[in-house]
Amino acid sequence: MVDLTSPVHDRIVDGPRGAKPKSRLSRRNIFLYGTLLLISVYYLLPLYVMIMTSLKGMPEIRLGNIFSPPVEVTFEPWVKAWSQACTGINCDGLSRGFWNSVQILLPSVILSIGIASVNGYALANWRFKGSEVFFTILIIGAFIPYQTMIYPLVILLREIKLMGSVWGLVLVHSVFGMPILTLLFRNYFTSLPEELFKAARVDGAGFWGIYLRVMLPMSIPIFVVAIILQVTGIWNDFLFGVIYTKPETYPMTVQLNNIVNSVQGVKEYNVNMAATLLTGLVPLIIYFASGKLFVRGIAAGAVKG
Amino acid sequence: MTTTSNSVEIRDLDLHFGAVKVLQKLNLDINEGEFLVLLGSSGCGKSTLLNCIAGLLDVTDGQVFIKGQNVTWKEPSERGIGMVFQSYALYPQMTVEGNLSFGLKNARIPADEIKKRVARAAEVLQIEPLLKRKPGALSGGQRQRVAIGRALVRDVDVFLFDEPLSNLDAKLRADLRVELKRLHQQLQNTMIYVTHDQVEAMTLADRIAIMKGGKIMQLASPEEIYNQPQNLYVAGFIGSPAMNFIQGTLTNTTFAASALQLPMDDYAFQNGPSDGPAILGIRPEHILIGERAASCAGQAEVSVDLVEGLGSDTLIYARYGTQQIRIRTEGNSRIKSGDVLNVGFDTRCSSLFDPTTENRI
Ligand SMILES: Nc1ncnc2c1ncn2[C@@H]1O[C@H](COP(=O)(O)OP(=O)(O)O)[C@@H](O)[C@H]1O
Ligand SMILES: [Mg+2]
Repeated sequence: MVDLTSPVHDRIVDGPRGAKPKSRLSRRNIFLYGTLLLISVYYLLPLYVMIMTSLKGMPEIRLGNIFSPPVEVTFEPWVKAWSQACTGINCDGLSRGFWNSVQILLPSVILSIGIASVNGYALANWRFKGSEVFFTILIIGAFIPYQTMIYPLVILLREIKLMGSVWGLVLVHSVFGMPILTLLFRNYFTSLPEELFKAARVDGAGFWGIYLRVMLPMSIPIFVVAIILQVTGIWNDFLFGVIYTKPETYPMTVQLNNIVNSVQGVKEYNVNMAATLLTGLVPLIIYFASGKLFVRGIAAGAVKG
Repeated sequence: MTTTSNSVEIRDLDLHFGAVKVLQKLNLDINEGEFLVLLGSSGCGKSTLLNCIAGLLDVTDGQVFIKGQNVTWKEPSERGIGMVFQSYALYPQMTVEGNLSFGLKNARIPADEIKKRVARAAEVLQIEPLLKRKPGALSGGQRQRVAIGRALVRDVDVFLFDEPLSNLDAKLRADLRVELKRLHQQLQNTMIYVTHDQVEAMTLADRIAIMKGGKIMQLASPEEIYNQPQNLYVAGFIGSPAMNFIQGTLTNTTFAASALQLPMDDYAFQNGPSDGPAILGIRPEHILIGERAASCAGQAEVSVDLVEGLGSDTLIYARYGTQQIRIRTEGNSRIKSGDVLNVGFDTRCSSLFDPTTENRI
């Protein structure tokens, strides 16, 4: 029989139990969330200004208060930016640049990721004679400043008659994405268990069979990472676009620049802001749609297991 | 081009990783239907040898024959082998059924035949209820069964196992060991099994090849390996607790170490007795105590340092002069540390080694 009046029993009943209570307004929390809030405001303020300005009419903008929300919300600037804004003699807005960008983006992403993933797979699993040398050369490519290659590439593209065409730019993007993407894929495939590859070979699968049926289905996260890297990188590219294409094939970024920096007439800040937001929309959507997968893929590629 | 009944033959096999010579001039014949275990400590080249047989590594020199055919340059899938790995290596995105049929699909076997073979393998391994599951939803033991099944469906001549039970807990390992033995009796295939676990080797093998530094130290049945180790390495590697080694000299078939005099009249000398320094190897259970010690020709007094009761056995750690001696006797003995024991050496079960060549005398 337990003596219920004993001091030991009291201690058991009255002592703390369960989770330790935490104060929400502890100094640590105030500091932590305060810092986070400050940084978010710092980053989000320009975006806020852009969105507000793009929804105002020009008279309201001339009043000068860039932080105030629009008194009268108008989507006119967005429509104008998309379909009427003028660059030089063309007055069909950003839409042409958008479709040019899409035409450049899709083949570039598919080509660069397709080739780089096969490269990475071959380098990780099928060590061939000279594979280490090949890999080293490729990685050196990632460290050479690409400005040094601009002019040689102009000559090269001229020689193969792709200068000024969408396909020339596709080729340039694919080549420049190769080193870093190959490194990404090689590291990912090296982190997969080697015995899986051996088992597939014993099971009679060949180079492509193993790649398509065993490796690919296990590599979704790293493909997502590669797609995000390439889509944002290629979509946001300005330099290659302005150099290797001509006005009819300019990508969206180049056209945005031409609209914003156009010297004729009054500066239409609302149209410029709307055009900028429109141009940034594609990478933003990609981020929001695949943020979780992106983080997971980065982690999977980084941690060898 | 050979015509023996050997299932697998390895001729003068060399394998180098750059400057590292992992296997050198290795020769090995494996009989039809034999269960051969490659046993050795970690890093001695067991997996490398197995991968060479499988064709997963290109040999530097030498030849590999399977069923009398030179397969040295053949692809793994053309060699008539199936392989089971330590990490199971199941394709995570395929169901169990998909895993089992992957190799058959690659070999372009008709669908109804695939179905038949998968069903048969699933029955043998009792994994029928798991066929629609993915490997992630299986326990370790179930995964390894599927991995064995993947080799089974391919109807191969030779099974290769690379430490297949190492990732399982002790209980499952013991169960699967028995199942593997039964499977071998049922299928009568040649099986080559790599392990560093001597219990697995002793219980499963028809013959054991003990490897060290890329060489085979002894190739013999488990009994022979245990009772007549050919060299000091094998003698010390097999058996737990390890064999006792006593330094001494051999004169006229009598082994002497300080006061101990052991007449070795019953000992089977391999090349006739030769005088000189020698090492006596005797297993802990062949050092007798109590009444049984009295009947031995060679006896000695030892002082007890430590006693470990294991229930079924008792291990006694004692000293003879400066030499450590391990004795195994039946459970529930009354011996305590500090006791002085009279022990007898059962010379019929002992081994003698040459200290310079380290080989059996
Ligand atoms: N790809 C490799 N490159 C270089 N050395 C290797 C490679 N694979 C194995 N080795 C070396 O070969 C030796 C034998 O390895 P292994 O056959 O895996 O040993 P184990 O007997 O443990 O299976 C080890 O010393 C290991 O370091
Ligand atoms: Mg190994």
